[in-house]
Amino acid sequence: MNTNDQDRMKKLLQQALPPIDGDPDSGRDDSGRDLWPAVLKRLDARPAMPPWFDWALLAGLVGAAALFPTAIPVLLYYL
Amino acid sequence: MSGAGQLDVDDRDGLNHLLAFRQGDVDAFETLFRQHQRAVYGWILRIVRNSSTAEELTVETFWRIYLAHARFEPSRGFEGWARRIATHAALDWMRAARTENELTSELLTDPAAPAIGDPAVSAEIRQKTALAFERLPPKLRIAAVLAVIEEQPQKDVAEALGISVAAVKLRVFRALRLLRKDLERQGITP
Repeated sequence: MNTNDQDRMKKLLQQALPPIDGDPDSGRDDSGRDLWPAVLKRLDARPAMPPWFDWALLAGLVGAAALFPTAIPVLLYYL
Repeated sequence: MSGAGQLDVDDRDGLNHLLAFRQGDVDAFETLFRQHQRAVYGWILRIVRNSSTAEELTVETFWRIYLAHARFEPSRGFEGWARRIATHAALDWMRAARTENELTSELLTDPAAPAIGDPAVSAEIRQKTALAFERLPPKLRIAAVLAVIEEQPQKDVAEALGISVAAVKLRVFRALRLLRKDLERQGITP
């Protein structure tokens, strides 16, 4: 893909997904909500433990990586 | 008191807040939250393009920030650190949303909306492009959304993602290449 192709793809992407209006960093607060109570509530909540199937999936991935080390780059690509 | 003297006092207050936050002080954390909430929310909004998700991820980001308070280095500044944590929170959300094949209508262009820019690009092509973009691997999508769509400086994108500027360029290139291949498979020649 040459530079022209890249520029064409960039323009198409910008037309498909226009940038967010305005400058969110400028202090404009779209949310209009005070999120501090939600942060406090989150801090008070018990840390969630990963469900058992997450551990099972992790164990499976480690096992697969040990058996098929050539699949590691492919796995990393999709992470 | 002179302006410079006032600035020194403000700087000292700011540093004290950062040091107190590093010790886990919740009041100092609230002060930092009030100072940076909008910037963090705005950064996340640019990535996820959905206001309610951006709110949720802003809360998630500040929760992660507080959990990591002991690892914070005041000399490196709060804003860049917060932005990096926010970016990773958004990336995690994108990965989870991809797994669930979640696609909100707000992410897509309205087919009935008038064309922006080149009128030769039909609404159908814009929608297919948006859908193809959603299918990209999240780490490529997040680089492209920040560097191409939101036109953020590549240095800022690199810092937020914790990678080099060259790696950002490579990810953007790969994102555009995969996007073009996806569109070509659908019979669209960009």
